[in-house]
Amino acid sequence: MRIAVCVKRVPAPGARIALSDDGAAIDTKNLGFTTSPHEECAVEAAIALNEQHGGETTVFTVGPPEADEQLRYAISVGAHHAVLVSVGEEGADPDPQATAAALVDAIHARETAAGEFDVVLFGNDSADSGGFQVGVRVARALGRPIVNGAKGIAIVDAQGASESGSGRAVEVRRESSSGSDVFRLPLPAAVGVLEGINLPRYATLPGRLKSKKAEVPMTTATMAAPRVVTRRFEVPEEQVTETVMLGDGADAAERVVDLLIELGLA
Amino acid sequence: MSVLVFVDLDRGALGPTATQACGLAVDVANGAPVIAVAMGSAPAEVATALGAAGASTVTVLEHEALDDYAPEAWGDALAQIIGRVEPAVVLATGNDRGNEVLAHAAAVLDLPFAANVLSLGAIGPTTSLTRVRWGGSLIEHAELLSERPIVSTALHAFAAPEGGAVPVVETMALELSADAARTRIVDRITVDAGITLQTAPVVVSGGRGVGSAEGFAALEQFAALVGGAVGCSRVVTNQGWRPHSDQVGQTGKRVAPELYVACGISGAIQHWIGMQAASTVLAINIDAAAPMVAKADYAVIGDLHDVVPAIVAALERRRPRT
Repeated sequence: MRIAVCVKRVPAPGARIALSDDGAAIDTKNLGFTTSPHEECAVEAAIALNEQHGGETTVFTVGPPEADEQLRYAISVGAHHAVLVSVGEEGADPDPQATAAALVDAIHARETAAGEFDVVLFGNDSADSGGFQVGVRVARALGRPIVNGAKGIAIVDAQGASESGSGRAVEVRRESSSGSDVFRLPLPAAVGVLEGINLPRYATLPGRLKSKKAEVPMTTATMAAPRVVTRRFEVPEEQVTETVMLGDGADAAERVVDLLIELGLA
Repeated sequence: MSVLVFVDLDRGALGPTATQACGLAVDVANGAPVIAVAMGSAPAEVATALGAAGASTVTVLEHEALDDYAPEAWGDALAQIIGRVEPAVVLATGNDRGNEVLAHAAAVLDLPFAANVLSLGAIGPTTSLTRVRWGGSLIEHAELLSERPIVSTALHAFAAPEGGAVPVVETMALELSADAARTRIVDRITVDAGITLQTAPVVVSGGRGVGSAEGFAALEQFAALVGGAVGCSRVVTNQGWRPHSDQVGQTGKRVAPELYVACGISGAIQHWIGMQAASTVLAINIDAAAPMVAKADYAVIGDLHDVVPAIVAALERRRPRT
């Protein structure tokens, strides 16, 4: 089972994002960076599939040279290879079409050299730009089926029965308003993973050592001019609410019930 | 000119948020035709509902592969109708299916796609817009350089209009490539969840302050008494106290109940954006300085382990006997 995972370096969730004075860019000086949460789960899903079905995982990223850190993290938890497509300095934020094109080139080059990937995994959407499309664009360009929102992944034979070893389809479970839907995609396929599909493992000490020594080739991509052009950012106005204090501790319970009745909810 | 809105039907039923994008569509159309596009089949009541939400025409695209949700086939079909109608702009609500189908159509047409938009300027080769970034902690002002802007609306940012007229309904049979049908639903597991996070009028949600999986028992009781559902913050799922399906926030669910009760949740932006569409927010927190308390409509300062059981007791005492 040859697996590719595409990840993105993003500011750590929960970080307070500071802007440059003119609001045109993110001030990255004091930001901590991490792998976008859905993609952290995609890496875990890939390694788990390797454990079940053998094979190896290659991690790709399109980002600044510093994204090397996220690739080495993936290696430290069990990914085998990593490829960095550099697009300039930290804070450079190519648009989704350009990002997808760079990933397609990198995946294609790797496949030409080392063989086709059975499964290409993505995060459902990136924590920073939230474009909801890079995975779909890459899968389309590679001519592979894709489904997003995966909360479960299993390799099955084409009829759907579970099979160890060489599976021929991937079954993807996705939550819906009424329960969940199961999609079956013939391999090779792509899947967009949602956080919650698994709990990513921690790196082991040998894993960390391995990741330090690993070779992470870097190529530089010439990016197409963006067609979604960021002009500036704005911190949304904090919703200013006059908070009505209902009281302290258990004594406030009666007033809470009054409120529920007033709202017609009790 | 016309405005095309993709609306997601689930086996003939209108999805709960599908018509939100009609709010922006009617606005942008400014009297021009609003064409709602649905896949598979649209029962009469769906057409009526889409008309009420502002669609002047409902176009139903027919093909065997479109009857059930199939992202590739739906994306192909949408791309085809965009090619035929040549609308000034293509919209959909930025829910799971809306974003997914627009991404497919945009990929097929090799056009840019801007997800989770909050506002659109005049439509043209350069269309200015604002959109949600960093899960809502920043707003991006951007320009979309496209002869045919494809845009999804941020979830709950727009409301479906009401009181529109009866629309013209037309069906159109399409040819699709055999490949389009390969991404399809082979099984549906229906859970009789009863009240779900997305439909519950009250969501009682717990954060780090709940302290343990067992700590949620009181929140469950509270929710049950008001016909509500239990939610939680990201810390809680990371601790394994609740399943991820209960998580509200940027990487969880976005909810819009009448009342959101935040128990022991500090109120980080990543959580706030999952529940900011709630009509009323009640914070129960031991820390009067917690951001959630400042942002809530109502607050109780105290240990949720005292407050929530007291609310349960008061509700039981005061609820009418049946």
